[in-house]
Amino acid sequence: MMKCQRCDRQATFHITDLIDGKPNELHLCEECAQSFLSPSEEEVAEVMPAMAGLLAQHLAVGETADQLARLDQRSCPMCGITFLEFRKKGRLGCPHDYAFFADELEPLLMNIHDEVHHIGKVPKRCPQGADQQTQLIRLRREMKEAVAAEDYEQASQLRDQIREIETSSQTSDDTSP
Amino acid sequence: MHLDDLASSSGEWLKGSGPESDIVISSRIRLARNLADFPFISRTTESDRAEIEKGVRTRIDALLQTGSLSPDTLFINVGDISEVDRQFLVERQLISRELSESEGARAAVIDPSERFSVMINEEDHLRFQVMQSGLDLTSAWEKINDLDDLIEEQLTYAFSDKLGYLTACPTNVGTGVRVSVMLHLPALVITRQIEKVFKSLQKINLAVRGLYGEGSQAMGDFYQVSNQITLGLTEEELTKKVADVVPVLIDYERQAREFLVRESQETLHDRVSRAYGILRTAQTISSEETMHLLSSVRMGINLGLISDLEIPTVNKLFVHTQPAHLQKLSGVELDAADRNIERATYLRRHLNGKGPNDPSQN
Repeated sequence: MMKCQRCDRQATFHITDLIDGKPNELHLCEECAQSFLSPSEEEVAEVMPAMAGLLAQHLAVGETADQLARLDQRSCPMCGITFLEFRKKGRLGCPHDYAFFADELEPLLMNIHDEVHHIGKVPKRCPQGADQQTQLIRLRREMKEAVAAEDYEQASQLRDQIREIETSSQTSDDTSP
Repeated sequence: MHLDDLASSSGEWLKGSGPESDIVISSRIRLARNLADFPFISRTTESDRAEIEKGVRTRIDALLQTGSLSPDTLFINVGDISEVDRQFLVERQLISRELSESEGARAAVIDPSERFSVMINEEDHLRFQVMQSGLDLTSAWEKINDLDDLIEEQLTYAFSDKLGYLTACPTNVGTGVRVSVMLHLPALVITRQIEKVFKSLQKINLAVRGLYGEGSQAMGDFYQVSNQITLGLTEEELTKKVADVVPVLIDYERQAREFLVRESQETLHDRVSRAYGILRTAQTISSEETMHLLSSVRMGINLGLISDLEIPTVNKLFVHTQPAHLQKLSGVELDAADRNIERATYLRRHLNGKGPNDPSQN
């Protein structure tokens, strides 16, 4: 049994706290974890704007250090951002991150908004088409890499795929009311 | 129209008109939007940002052609203008400090009435805002909703069925809407009730910020109250949430003012008169002191303790005495010490000889 670092009870929470960008492992019992995670009133007032960043750092509650390390290394296939980079900055890299890191972001969204479902406005023209457009982020990046690696065959295939998506979205523009 | 033309005029939120304008300075709604086919700003290359700017500009130009936007709309490459001009736009609440201080391709689109502005390549690809004088959130929402529809006609926004509009920071996801009302609450500050009010606002998920947004000091007793959450409620519900709490805050502030009048009329009158006296006679004065004193004067006018000065004039002085405005208005760059002298001169010029017998001066 791993003991809580602040009392003698069993440590059930394994938290990675970022201090000046450096991870610091904490092993705490439920009670100590709660008091550690709930900021003082002064802190609330001060960190309100930076809340996402703060929560992102703390959202690993209940994960083991191993799981967290593995999670941190996962990177989005579209924009290449790792979860660790998001946790540090509090800013995501591209729209696809919301799908790719969905499981990790859900508790964070719950924490911020108390809800995880949008019920407001929906874009009129292209309510379904955004996913395909987001593929362009990956394709353009891969094309640039292919050109840099002088793999022109790959680059030209990617260029064709990019054109196909761009053309199809323009066609849908033309036919939209 | 040119940027310099804005300096001498008064923007929308300085007008001092609209419902409850003795306490509510302005109502503002902003939307955060991103294009579906580009990374969020932190992962963009310089060429991505240039492409985003170009795409949005094309759309804005189309709206100018169809007359949906004023032909005098300004399009400003924020990287190309001087530091004073950038600071000027921040003081005017037309762009954020983040946009002013960041690097790379970024732009602002500004309606000549200053009721509508767009920031391109700030934290999100697009941030646009509608600003009204006084308490008027419903028409602000209607206006920004229409503009959003027009811009969206040819740009594909990043959107998911489940999470709504996708934003760089998860705190804005969903509606991407920030509804805020700027209030002048000097009596709640004097009676030390302001902290209590803030805590109760935070409990119902509303945020309180100073005059110039995140992290800024509440200069001149101005506070912005806005929604903290953006997901799981409709835009109308979020607007209502803020709109519903404002009358309560107005009521608290009025009660605190009545209390001061009732319990310490002389002290209050003395405070207001001294503030007015210093502003009319000082030879050098800092921005902070000016804001502080103007706040007392503004309340004094509302309580009938000063009769020879109008609210719109005071609202204008709050902004025109800011560092960049002073430099724009005087036409020269000034260091802090010279600004304090220029500020005192400006205040004396606008506050003296304005007695009831001399209505010609303004």
